Amino acid sequence: MKRALPILAVLVVLLAAIAVANPLFLEPAGFLAFLKRAAPLVILAAGQYFVIVSGEFDLSVGSLVTAEVVIAARLIDGDESATWPVLALLIVVGLFVGLVNGVVTTKLRVPSFIVTLGMLLVLRGAVFLWTGGAPRGALSEGFRVFGRGGLGPMPWSVLILLAVGAAAIWLMRADFGRTLIATGDNERAAALSGVRVGRAKIFAFMLSGLAAAVAAILLGGFAGVSAQAGQGLEFSAITAVVLGGVVVGGGRGSVPAAMAGAFTLEALFTLLNLYGISGALEFTVQGVIIIAAVAAGAIRLPRKFTPRRGDAHAAS
Amino acid sequence: MNLLVRVRRPARRGEPHGGLAARLREPTQVVFLALLGLVAVGWALVALNGEQFFTMESVVGIQQRSAALGIVAVGQTLAILAGSLDLSVAYLISLASLVAAEIMAGQDGNIVPAVAAVLAVSALVGLVNGLIITRLQVHAFIATLGVALIIKGIVDHLYDGPAGKVPESFQLLGYSRIGPVPVSAMLWAGVAVVAWFLLSRTRLGYRIYAVGGNEEVARLSGIRTGRVIVVTHVLCSVCAGIAGLLLAGRLGAGAPTVGTDGGYDLESVAAVVLGGTALAGGKGGVAGTVGGVLLLAVLDTIFNQLEVNSFVKDVVRGVVIVIAVAVYARRGTRRSQ
Repeated sequence: MKRALPILAVLVVLLAAIAVANPLFLEPAGFLAFLKRAAPLVILAAGQYFVIVSGEFDLSVGSLVTAEVVIAARLIDGDESATWPVLALLIVVGLFVGLVNGVVTTKLRVPSFIVTLGMLLVLRGAVFLWTGGAPRGALSEGFRVFGRGGLGPMPWSVLILLAVGAAAIWLMRADFGRTLIATGDNERAAALSGVRVGRAKIFAFMLSGLAAAVAAILLGGFAGVSAQAGQGLEFSAITAVVLGGVVVGGGRGSVPAAMAGAFTLEALFTLLNLYGISGALEFTVQGVIIIAAVAAGAIRLPRKFTPRRGDAHAAS
Repeated sequence: MNLLVRVRRPARRGEPHGGLAARLREPTQVVFLALLGLVAVGWALVALNGEQFFTMESVVGIQQRSAALGIVAVGQTLAILAGSLDLSVAYLISLASLVAAEIMAGQDGNIVPAVAAVLAVSALVGLVNGLIITRLQVHAFIATLGVALIIKGIVDHLYDGPAGKVPESFQLLGYSRIGPVPVSAMLWAGVAVVAWFLLSRTRLGYRIYAVGGNEEVARLSGIRTGRVIVVTHVLCSVCAGIAGLLLAGRLGAGAPTVGTDGGYDLESVAAVVLGGTALAGGKGGVAGTVGGVLLLAVLDTIFNQLEVNSFVKDVVRGVVIVIAVAVYARRGTRRSQ
């Protein structure tokens, strides 16, 4: 939990700065709107956390989100009664993509960077091939309710976010979590002490795919259908996880910290918007802050705990 | 800092010593065999379609299409061999094309200062990448992604569309050719040969392999590992800058999206890995990368001639990359058993 402290401090400062610039933010409605907007990225970060802590990468989540949104729109095509079957299908697709990523990474011993990069290309190509370049169809109202609607004043996306967070924390406290951290820390040692390393990693990839499916359902409802729905989300999710102090290369970091990283990233975007920093320069500020935050995290640690560079690829 | 002393690199463990069979097991040879196979398949498919594969147009096309990616990928090879990675190359290419076209402003006399400025800017970006990774201990993935965002922000803020003008004489770099060989392909070959010489015949090259193989061991045996990593990033960025010059020459202007539209960041990593260089560093080389880039270009040409949907290309490309790396991984395990 110690590693989560710096990011929580940064998050509090950013939230305070937002509140100063926009007092509405302190009211429940304003804060809930922020949570609602942040939910998809936070859920993706939680999924990405499992993969990164096991020592791998998942670059395919962005195109998976796009694929899920496009598939949903095409299959539902405005038909209310198709909502639930399609929702179920989206979850299955997410799990299946994760399964393929995991199996190719662990059984064929291809570095996950390459596997998920290949998956990114395949998904992007397949989706556009199927839709002919522009997404067709429409989402049903029942589908959009998850991204837009709420249970009384509570948006559904915030409730889903809470459930995902609780489930992720529970998973990391269960045997699975210990197994996963041991795998990421030292795969060989874990394997020798009887951990089914491959199985743990496959499960991590499936959780990432599942997170992408859930994020796509929320994003589709919130922002609508587009062929750019998930563009760049893979990098945002990885950045968020790393901002939360989770070490690329695996073995260190907690899931609440990773989710806090995603909130921080989202708070940063909100703040930059509030202060009217032009759309493009936002990226520059984001880049500087990401590097600074990760560098600060590395400096804070006693020397013997700093990760060896190159660990990220130890599994390849 | 006599990093460029000529040395003969001792054979690494697991490197084949003569013997055709042993040599064929090396990824570098595999990728060229695969390339031959692909050319044969492409020739047959295109012939079945009633067309000719080996037209002057297609051969020149393959070379031209691969030159920019090839130059970037050669640079990327150096970074990856040292155990690092550069995701900022795509935005750097866009930036380089803009710097070149803006300074040239259509005047022949400005070509030399423009080229010098591009090389200086890209070397600086590489230096920043390298220092963030080595001094600030930020993982290469995040460091270069952060630098990519910084460049993207600046470029997008300043430019909405193409800008500057490249004089006619410099545009020759993009399109002219000597016999069947485009100038751009020769530039690529030149960059590749320099990198090959650097890796296989100089002390710096030996150190790059050592650092990529095991940084801790390299450090303990007296190599200044940080310096080596910084140097590979500078060289990698300079290669991206050269690719930016080439693309500016081809477009006749600088373009803020030329690097990202080409997907040069992930494509260059894919080409390097396709060529048998280990993503973990320490194993592989420039020859394999050249094979990897050509493989991707031939694949593209076959699809173009068969008029396959461009989205199918993405799918096939993704599958090919994963299969190729799976084959290398399998070989690796068999040998170590």
